[in-house]
Amino acid sequence: MVMDKIERRVIMASLVLMGLFVFSLLYAKNKYKSNVPECLPYDKAYTEPKINKIDEKTYEVFSVASMWQFQPSEIYIPVGSEVDFYLTSKDVVHGFNISDKNINMMAVFGAINKTTVTFDKPGVYDIVCHEYCGVGHQNMRAQVIVNYPDAK
Amino acid sequence: MQVSKSFKRVIFLELAIPIALLLLGIYHGLMQTIYRSGAIQQTSVAKLDYYQGLTLHGVINAIVLTTFFAVALGHVTMTYYLKKEPNKKLMWLSFWFMLIGTVMAAWAMIAGKASVLYTFYPPLKAHPLFYLGTALIIVGSWFPFFDWSRMYMKWKKVNPTTKTPLAVLGTLINFIIWFTCTLAVAYEVLVLLIPWSMGWTKTVNVNLARTLFWFFGHALVYFWLLPAYIMFYTVLPKVAGGKLYSDLAGRVALFLFLLFSIPVGVHHQYSDPTITQGVKFFHGLITYGVAIPSFITAFTLAASLEYAGRKNGAKGLFGWMVKLPWFNEDKFLFSYFIGGLILFIFGGVTGIVNASYSLNSVIHNTAWMPGHFHMTVAGPVFLGIVGMSLYIYSKMSGKKIFWPKLNTIIPYLWVIGMLIFSFGMSWGGLRGEPRRTNLGTTYLNPDSELFRSDWVPTTLLAMLGGIIMFTAGMMYIIIFFGTILRKKSQEGILEIPVSEAYHDEKRVPLFDKFKPWIVTMIIIILLAYIPALLNVNKNSGPGSPRYNIDNPLPIEASK
Ligand code: HEM
Ligand SMILES: [Cu+2]
Ligand SMILES: [Cu+2]
Repeated sequence: MVMDKIERRVIMASLVLMGLFVFSLLYAKNKYKSNVPECLPYDKAYTEPKINKIDEKTYEVFSVASMWQFQPSEIYIPVGSEVDFYLTSKDVVHGFNISDKNINMMAVFGAINKTTVTFDKPGVYDIVCHEYCGVGHQNMRAQVIVNYPDAK
Repeated sequence: MQVSKSFKRVIFLELAIPIALLLLGIYHGLMQTIYRSGAIQQTSVAKLDYYQGLTLHGVINAIVLTTFFAVALGHVTMTYYLKKEPNKKLMWLSFWFMLIGTVMAAWAMIAGKASVLYTFYPPLKAHPLFYLGTALIIVGSWFPFFDWSRMYMKWKKVNPTTKTPLAVLGTLINFIIWFTCTLAVAYEVLVLLIPWSMGWTKTVNVNLARTLFWFFGHALVYFWLLPAYIMFYTVLPKVAGGKLYSDLAGRVALFLFLLFSIPVGVHHQYSDPTITQGVKFFHGLITYGVAIPSFITAFTLAASLEYAGRKNGAKGLFGWMVKLPWFNEDKFLFSYFIGGLILFIFGGVTGIVNASYSLNSVIHNTAWMPGHFHMTVAGPVFLGIVGMSLYIYSKMSGKKIFWPKLNTIIPYLWVIGMLIFSFGMSWGGLRGEPRRTNLGTTYLNPDSELFRSDWVPTTLLAMLGGIIMFTAGMMYIIIFFGTILRKKSQEGILEIPVSEAYHDEKRVPLFDKFKPWIVTMIIIILLAYIPALLNVNKNSGPGSPRYNIDNPLPIEASK
């Protein structure tokens, strides 16, 4: 193909750069165990809000989003807990964002979303609904309280 | 060239109607930044609710303006390069479809019966006319595509060995992408949503609707972007006083867009349930593929501008940057285009962050997102659209630009406002500030339990930028309608700047035909979307009934 030398080099450089991006992505994914939510088949068991303590440092939270609240709305856990969040919606689409922990999920009717996160530092973490869900959307917030009240 | 009255009239209406609607669209852009900063703490202003306004903002700016312009520019390009006007009846039919669709959707939104945002995710229910209106806009934009394909094939018969002009190639590729991706949203709207919103079907599979929407949704952003790319390749180098560095590079980039624009939609669903991590990762990889033609474009344009600068007498390594027509009244298109390109540097970089699979978890649905896409769709796309609309109108009507000095400054004002706005939004997003949220009533209200003081500086910056952008936008509207009100001073003709190529390579047959590319496109789409749809089918539970925006009970139960 008749293509300018510089041009060919630049296309190569773009390809290499993209390769580098893919590499760093995979590297970070393994090193920091960061991933997108897990995919589960639908199961009615997760549609009842619940906090299950598995052992001292392991919890399961069945979080149910609805217009305009999360249930459970306050989740108390000790520092260092590993929490499996299972998320679904009772009605319209909602969002579920714990920004300091990079937890980001959509709550969808007829579907179960799941992610796992460890809370190493004490504090109060806001769970913010970040998908428009009707007139009360801006009121929709829950909290994870890690080792409260000593933490605040 | 001379064109018929009827042609002029269609183009004029297709350019002017969305620009008139921008008054409302941009007004509400400003209002959103004010509400979000907490400067006002209420749910509505002048009877327009926050989310109602946000729906208008998204639909007018991102659907109506962009679709009308893509059609108008397509008509202009095909006519100017192939020296033949499209079928008049079809031109008018397409225009009326789009206009009636716009009126229907606008009525539903203004009446407050469709405050569901421009993504209309079920199970929030909008008025059926909102869905129907959107569908009419889309179907209206198909007619010209069919007609242009006919014109092109006719031209090709007469000129089998002539290279298809780059602008024509780009227009056709853009509308092939558009036609393909809109099939999915047409299915979503006509088969899933309208019967459900009328109450004929009881429930809808929300996950399926979302997946179909995003089959369309990502390609939609390329449908916004490609008209701007076409102008950057074929108009900008000429206006800058130079040549397009390489014609072939443009073709390669355009065909890569054809391959990769659609099979990446799941990157908008990284946080969704029912789709496996493997499918998400695959779509993420292809998204990187679609970054390659953008890199090619960035390089080709920079080289073209350097060439222009040197031809204009520049010396040294960076001297060419100075020797470009930054503030030239007769070449005002340059100001609009370069402003857009400056923003696009940041838009592209933030876009790569969004695409990056798990990195997306940091910013998905936060204020970062609008921070990012205002530097794309409200950057090169918007500035390209409004600049070119003014250019085409002024040439075709034979009227001189109203207030030409100001006209060259507007794009830079927009850029400054946008950089401040987007900085505020991106910073807020990194701190977890949600998008699509009337923050003022709760998170930015010091009296509320939900108050977040860490979002005060970020939302204030966004408001400051919003005020500057609003000012620039209003100045533009004054200039556009000021020009319309002027008297004709010369004969109105159809004319667009045409760049020659610096490296005008020989015709490479592979890059001058569509079939092999379309077949490859379909294969990649099937590879990317069959697994996604199987996932959704396997992992979805029951479908959902209809909900109004103001009631936690389904419509059936609350009657
Ligand atoms: C004065 C100029 C503008 C300002 C101040 C502005 C401001 C905003 C703000 C603050 C949001 C986010 C609201 C929220 O998520 O709560 C937004 C959303 C949006 N803007 Fe703009 N904007 C402007 C112009 C434009 C233009 C010219 C376009 C496109 C051509 C555009 C397209 C969009 C889109 C598509 C959304 C997303 C709507 C949604 O989330 O449903 N904006 N704008
Ligand atoms: Cu919400
Ligand atoms: Cu996308």
